[in-house]
Amino acid sequence: MAEGGQLVDHRDGRDVVLRLRGVRTQFGDNVIHDKLDFDVFRGEIVGLVGGSGTGKSVLLRTIIGLNEITAGTIEMLGVDIATLHGKAERAMQARTGVQFQDGALFSSLTVSDNIIVPVREHAHLDEETMRDIAALKIALVGLPPDTGEKKPSELSGGMRKRASLARALALDAELLFLDEPTAGLDPIGAAHYDELIKNLSRSLGLTTLMVTHDLDSLNAVCDRIAVLLDKRVVVGTMEELLVYDHPWVKEYFHGPRGRAARQEQK
Amino acid sequence: MSDVEPTIHYTMRAGKPVVEIGGNWTVLHLRGIRQKVAKELQAAGTGRTARAVDASGVERLDTAGALEILLLAGGGRDTEVKTREQRHADLFKVVQDNMCSAMPERHMNWFAHWLEEVGQNTVHFYHQVINLCAFFGEILVVFVEACLQPRRFRINVVVRQMYEVWVRALVIVGVLCFLIGVVIAYQGVQQLKQFGAETFTVEAVGIGMFRELGVLLTAIIVAGRSGSAFTAQIGTMQVNQEVDAMRTIGLNPIEWLVLPRIVALVVSLPLLTFWGDIAGLLGGAVACTFYLDFTFVQFFDRLRDTVGIWHFYTGMIKAPVFGMVIAIIGCFEGLQVKGSAESVGQLTTKAVVESIFCVIVLDAVFSIIFLLANV
Repeated sequence: MAEGGQLVDHRDGRDVVLRLRGVRTQFGDNVIHDKLDFDVFRGEIVGLVGGSGTGKSVLLRTIIGLNEITAGTIEMLGVDIATLHGKAERAMQARTGVQFQDGALFSSLTVSDNIIVPVREHAHLDEETMRDIAALKIALVGLPPDTGEKKPSELSGGMRKRASLARALALDAELLFLDEPTAGLDPIGAAHYDELIKNLSRSLGLTTLMVTHDLDSLNAVCDRIAVLLDKRVVVGTMEELLVYDHPWVKEYFHGPRGRAARQEQK
Repeated sequence: MSDVEPTIHYTMRAGKPVVEIGGNWTVLHLRGIRQKVAKELQAAGTGRTARAVDASGVERLDTAGALEILLLAGGGRDTEVKTREQRHADLFKVVQDNMCSAMPERHMNWFAHWLEEVGQNTVHFYHQVINLCAFFGEILVVFVEACLQPRRFRINVVVRQMYEVWVRALVIVGVLCFLIGVVIAYQGVQQLKQFGAETFTVEAVGIGMFRELGVLLTAIIVAGRSGSAFTAQIGTMQVNQEVDAMRTIGLNPIEWLVLPRIVALVVSLPLLTFWGDIAGLLGGAVACTFYLDFTFVQFFDRLRDTVGIWHFYTGMIKAPVFGMVIAIIGCFEGLQVKGSAESVGQLTTKAVVESIFCVIVLDAVFSIIFLLANV
């Protein structure tokens, strides 16, 4: 096995924007991840999958700094996040964006103001410039212009996800984390959303890590797939994982849904 | 990573004006950029018109920077910006395709704004009253049905609610009424002593507690404790679609959620009020032993001789009515919850404020009725 949990090395001399080494997370006596190695390279979209209870969301929360790790190191954009404090930590937060599962938009603010929050906090621009930036981001994620003045409660689930993506992109994050981006969307909406993520990642040069269960998304947008197995991750392309010998992986990718998704893609 | 500020330079190149742009154009470097651009262009003597822009000097670029450069170039759809890297050209294209100016914010003068508020609140109040009446009607229908078919009173639910609103409130109601009894007795002694009528403190405590304070204090505590709990419980069920689920199974939410709570509170509030009255009298009696050198026997003897039983009845007549109002408002607001957890919080606050308001208004109405009835 190659470095960083990979089945075959795909680095090709790219920067490693996210590097996990020997990560261990545990709650009480319950060990969720152990000796976990995982690399994400610049410019790629990686999907993170795993059965229920294998700790996909925990891993995501750990990477974005919402959980403490018990052992190991996490390097983000070349810096060990455990060493970040104060100003440096805030600078790092400005370079990453997170889209939570149900949007997690601030319910008391309009969509526009939601997008402006990180800009106001990190960049100190004048009001007019920030409004224009918000309008641009709203257009980028494919929402109609009048969405900006609405409150999150007036939006549908799909629009909330898009608005949340716009907030995650407010500072042109280099590293984007998405938690179940297509969960709860209808197949058409999900396909459009996949397309959006792919286009934005390419055109803005983002590196994206997304937790997902959607086999269509994995097929359509992900360059590589990380599978959480036995407290570690195994990373590979779809082709590599299809021939990987593990009962869960086999069932997941060769099950009826997995086959259907691949068929469609061809 | 260099930390170069964005630069703007206006020159003539082959007889044509060109704006040369360099440095870092990312959102973190754009502080005060519009003023800077305006100053530079003003110095060069040109206004806000379309112009050629050469951005080959740009080192780092993001969407916010690209947006500013395009605006500076005139902002039209056909604006062309010369770039050095393909990456930057792609970024300009993406931004150009999505550019649109922010919607202007809606501004209203304060008077129009105030008028709108007043109008909206009036309409809202009107709807609220109508809905509350409709809700009361619905409850009455279910109540009459339940009277014909007593099985539908859902006694186990009523008992569980009574445990919550009566038994678990005994301590707090008792303590607070006791303290109020002490306070009134103390104040009574202080004031009445001035004209030697301090023994009338017993009447002050007795009549005060029985007629007003016992029932009012209990009702306010219960509104804060149980009225809010009703709204929160039913509201949470509403958010989880439990109420909808009940309807599809054929359970009437009024029968299962609302009526048992109303019955529980209508029964519990008089019980609590009685308990509160007793605690208040005890408080008064204890205070009188300190300040008046009364014994308990003297206090209660005087109470029996001077305070008529109707003072007690007036309080007890009000209690079930207050209980009903608190329960109806609590349940009504709970069923008004829509969508998010946020509205549970808002409506819970609203339920408490409304029920306390109604309790005090009703208390005033009762005073008038008792005055006319001469009791």
